[in-house]
Amino acid sequence: MQLARVIGTVVATQKYRDLEGIKFLIVQPLTKQQVPIGEPVVAADATAQAGPEELVFIVGSREAAQALPEPFVPVDHAIVGIVDDVELVGGG
Amino acid sequence: MYIGRVVGTVVATIKHEAFHARKLLVVDRLDLAGKPAGEPTIEYDICVDMVQAGVGDLVLVIDEGNGARQVLRREVAPVRAVIVGVVDDVDLTG
Repeated sequence: MQLARVIGTVVATQKYRDLEGIKFLIVQPLTKQQVPIGEPVVAADATAQAGPEELVFIVGSREAAQALPEPFVPVDHAIVGIVDDVELVGGG
Repeated sequence: MYIGRVVGTVVATIKHEAFHARKLLVVDRLDLAGKPAGEPTIEYDICVDMVQAGVGDLVLVIDEGNGARQVLRREVAPVRAVIVGVVDDVDLTG
């Protein structure tokens, strides 16, 4: 699980049946100091409450789908929490 | 599994219910020399702590879903990285 920043939204009217009602956001993975690293990915928002610019944490691979009400869906990244605070020892 | 160093904490009020009442810690992955792996952008995971680990501890981390679910005693959970041990000592031969 890693930190990420919400940088956009995705609208897809036609999609796989069990993905209906799921919000998809574009997130930029971050280092622990919250510096962007790697390419942005599309993540399903399992909190249903994440918004633009928000700091979140994401889970990847098969476990991402398990964050959703229907766990057998084609999803490989999911937002599983909205981060209030990251405290690093010695400032990281 | 890998050996890591707990370097911080994460606070999240809104989160998936599988994380409720669980402590989230930031863990740097270490190489065999005990140094953070992947410098300058150190590889890390936000981990669920199951062994009362704290900041500064050397820990054993599993980053795999089946094992994580087993430790959490849940059939379904969007969790991969879990701290499953506090390491006392690592002894390398050769």
